[in-house]
Amino acid sequence: MRAPDDDPVVRTVDLAATPLREVNAALHAVENGGPRRWRVLNPRGAHAVAAGIDAPIEVDVEGHVGYYCAGMNKRAMVRVHGNCGTGAAENMMSGTVVVDGNASQSAGATGRGGLLVIRGDAAARCGISMKGLDIVVRGSVGHMSAFMAQRGRLVVCGDAGDALGDSIYEAHLYVRGDVGGLGADCVGKELREDHHAELRDLLERAGVDDCEPADFRRYGSARRLYNFHVDHAE
Amino acid sequence: MCGIAGLFSKSLEVSERLGGHLGQMLLQLGDRGPDSAGVAFYRDPAPAGSCKVSLLEPAPGHDWAGVQDALAEAFGAGEPEVRASHAVFVVDAEPPEAERWLRERYPELRVMSAGQTIEIYKEEGSPRRFVERFRLADMQGSHALGHTRMATESRVTTEHSHPFSTGLDLCLVHNGSLSNHNRLRARLRRAGIEFRTDNDSEVAAGYLTHRLRGGASLEQALEGCLEDLDGFYTFAVGTADGFAVLRDPIACKPAVMAETDEWVAMASEYRAIAALPGAEHATVWEPEPGRVYVWERARV
Repeated sequence: MRAPDDDPVVRTVDLAATPLREVNAALHAVENGGPRRWRVLNPRGAHAVAAGIDAPIEVDVEGHVGYYCAGMNKRAMVRVHGNCGTGAAENMMSGTVVVDGNASQSAGATGRGGLLVIRGDAAARCGISMKGLDIVVRGSVGHMSAFMAQRGRLVVCGDAGDALGDSIYEAHLYVRGDVGGLGADCVGKELREDHHAELRDLLERAGVDDCEPADFRRYGSARRLYNFHVDHAE
Repeated sequence: MCGIAGLFSKSLEVSERLGGHLGQMLLQLGDRGPDSAGVAFYRDPAPAGSCKVSLLEPAPGHDWAGVQDALAEAFGAGEPEVRASHAVFVVDAEPPEAERWLRERYPELRVMSAGQTIEIYKEEGSPRRFVERFRLADMQGSHALGHTRMATESRVTTEHSHPFSTGLDLCLVHNGSLSNHNRLRARLRRAGIEFRTDNDSEVAAGYLTHRLRGGASLEQALEGCLEDLDGFYTFAVGTADGFAVLRDPIACKPAVMAETDEWVAMASEYRAIAALPGAEHATVWEPEPGRVYVWERARV
């Protein structure tokens, strides 16, 4: 999956030598012509690495990053070969972000589209207020994940922490392991044939080949909170 | 905001450069806390029957030689180690006795810490200036904690800076804010705990002291925080033997931990850990909310 070191079409930038703003500005200018594949070296926990890209390019980030990595991503494929701090791929619009390691809290927060894959664990509030993004976590997620999730799918191959899906709207949640507890208005739901197909597709796109759709349970909104009551309609 | 850092050495090489490493961590956390900075170092234990006290001068250019003469006459004391506005004395007395004497004789001096091994240095102003002025690069030690402060809750002064020590060899750095600190402070005062500021974090330090005096282990005292403290916190707590980390159950404030064969570290953000030697090969993880993590010399 990684860009080879000696590939002449790959542009390598080293954050130990080049300021982050310059690197991100170069990634933002790619639409005007430029390399389609990038490697970013020595992120050393820097914030907002590869944030705000709007181009069909591939970026490999070689190491651990800080907050908001690949935030607002559009169309790009960003692979982080390390861990992510708070808010990985927050408000992502499209494209794919893959985190090889773990992601801290609020991964994929408010995301509107695209696919976020976390091969390790995600901490608290994974997919908080997601609005159309798909998230596949090979490990487990922390508490309050999918809080107020509106649209999109969250697939957790491990366990989920407390208060999963609190105040959820119409996002689809799939968990293979244990759930610490369901949040307000989040309930278990039947895993029908169309959900099997949906899960199979998501797992395949995320490159997860050791989990069977049948082993997951589905959760979603009971639609009993204030906004869902027809009595409250004008 | 605020930034916190802790570094625990497992090798002679790291112990010898502990201050330089912690200084690098604080510089990385500088923009999380530009108001003030502080550190607690654990090193050079005072001999049995003696203690170490860290003192803050009331004004620049304080006459430390005069303090030394008076301490030497009263108890026996060596030359202080002076760093910027602070001086650390080894006094041939038990810590409470030395503290009491200092407060009566020199009420204008502030006792920042007392114990066998702890030294506390802290000051209003930027972390970068602090690291230079207090010559962190030449400090050694077995373990150390650091803090960069962005004040949200009480005034910006040296006394309101972290680390806070309210017990022997005990200190606390805090990222977050507590909402029940006034009532808890009043309760702890009635139980005999002294406070010097109106700061919320000092109440957390005082709470731990109170629980430890009552016979609780460090783990038990920290677990008590989950019940008795209301608010947001990531704490790092230093003791003579090591340090502990606790995040509130909601995990509002960040924390990351890392370990190699040479050291154990915690910080608000990974970029502070990235400043340490061999960080790229460290085991890195996020401490779970509501779980107490402890590293102590005897257990490593």
